[in-house]
Amino acid sequence: MNIFIILGMGAAVGFLSGMFGVGGGFLITPLLIFYNIPPVVAVATGANQVVASSVSGALSHFRRGTLDVKLGTVLLFGGLAGATVGIWIFALLRRVGQLDLVISLLYVALLGTVGTLMLLESIRALRRSANNQPVSLRRPGQHNWVHRLPLKMRFKKSKIYLSIIPVVGLGFCIGILTSVMGVGGGFIMVPAMIYLLRIPTNVVVGTSLFQIIFVTAYTTIVQATANHAVDIVLAFILMVAGVIGAQYGVRVGQKLRGEQLRALLALLVLAVGARLAVDLVVTPADVYSIVSEGVYR
Amino acid sequence: MRAIAVLFLILGLAAPAAAQVLEDKPVEFPERLEIGISTDEIAITSDFRGADLTIFGAIEGYDPALLAQGKYDIVVALEGPKDNNTVRVKERIFGIWVNRRSMTFELVPESYSLSSTRDVETIAEPAMLNGVGVGIQHIRLSPIGYVGDGSNITEFRDAFRRLKESGNYYQRDPGGVQFISASLFKATVRLPANVPNGTHVVRAHLFRDGVFISEKALPLRVMKTGIEQMISNAAYNNALPYGIFSVTLALMTGWLASVVFRKD
Repeated sequence: MNIFIILGMGAAVGFLSGMFGVGGGFLITPLLIFYNIPPVVAVATGANQVVASSVSGALSHFRRGTLDVKLGTVLLFGGLAGATVGIWIFALLRRVGQLDLVISLLYVALLGTVGTLMLLESIRALRRSANNQPVSLRRPGQHNWVHRLPLKMRFKKSKIYLSIIPVVGLGFCIGILTSVMGVGGGFIMVPAMIYLLRIPTNVVVGTSLFQIIFVTAYTTIVQATANHAVDIVLAFILMVAGVIGAQYGVRVGQKLRGEQLRALLALLVLAVGARLAVDLVVTPADVYSIVSEGVYR
Repeated sequence: MRAIAVLFLILGLAAPAAAQVLEDKPVEFPERLEIGISTDEIAITSDFRGADLTIFGAIEGYDPALLAQGKYDIVVALEGPKDNNTVRVKERIFGIWVNRRSMTFELVPESYSLSSTRDVETIAEPAMLNGVGVGIQHIRLSPIGYVGDGSNITEFRDAFRRLKESGNYYQRDPGGVQFISASLFKATVRLPANVPNGTHVVRAHLFRDGVFISEKALPLRVMKTGIEQMISNAAYNNALPYGIFSVTLALMTGWLASVVFRKD
């Protein structure tokens, strides 16, 4: 393992995450897998790295008052339950020898979907600005089926009266992704909160970061105890490089135009997904592999 | 007799076969093997690139006539810590390579370094070597669980040996044991760079004219030292504090970054 490659990886992903306001977990884990880190370690270490990258973001949102702790706590209940189920699925897949495959498949599906959506969205935006049309933010309608569900609760900071069922459910799904894939899940949670739950945009990012900290922290501890899969040195190098890279990413991101940048990130995401897909299809160097159980370690 | 031994092996019950080989010997052999190593503990640092371990030994109660004819053969093996190992084979399903079939072998050494007076295969008959369990081709690989009709055991055993040898975990040196005087010998076994941590066993076997006579074993603790191993030990032996520390480190890093780079 070359420390400079890891540093570079962390800094590059940190830079991108600062520039686009994403956590970067969904890039760190595949990059580690490309660098021949076992997927088990890549996922657990990725979750640990996301803790660090979410803390600084959540703190600044907390200072600005754009973090709904009550809403975040409800999300967190779902998230912790989801992460627990996810860890159980993770251990099961590992036992039957399908973990690496499932991680790769999930990443191909996720990166493929996110990359395609982002690319289409940014192409639309580019076309609009080329035609000199005003960028119209589609105002989501006030109510949908989600708001007819029972068990409503008032979230003062978000100025919203909402059933806790979809909130816990969303947290649960993201929690599973956190423990199986080592991602924070902000890139799914943020759009879901805006378009599905109709939560005001200003509190969405801060609140999702708040719950990501706790879910990834919980996942890290459980991964460390159950699978011994957290590599603290690797994680530390990634986080230090990541938080520094993110600072520069934020500065560059403020100066450049959003649509082109988003199109570039979309292409990068698609490229990473494509590389993982190719590895699944290409005939492996050796179809046999040995795993030692580690029970007598 | 050989047929019975082979049959036992197929059933994955090599141990009784070995006992049988010994029990059926009508005569007690007078020869005994003695071995010694300078240490029972080896400390290895993280920049370890592999080393040779020299073991000295002597045949006691030998027959000088047989010794002069070179009828005695010695095989020294350094067996690593044992663990259950699963071999998996990938197959193509809908264009994607998926782990399909697998077989788990019970308590096989993680590493295996063999040194002998000549090629092990020429020292004794395969059935004898299988019974003693000495030699990369004859190490005990007993499957656990349901193996069907057992027709694919050979496939998985071969794959296991091939992968272990290509990864340098299993090594052999057919000229590694040399006589330095009439009955005194010196054996050199290779400690690979990726030698596993834990208790290894140095096992010396004496063969007389193709017949296994005597065995002597000594434990050898391999201890990896240095910061890397300390971290690895903590991850396994103090997993919960390790996990909590990892999270604390991440929280501190994130918090420090937000303090250092604070804009207002």
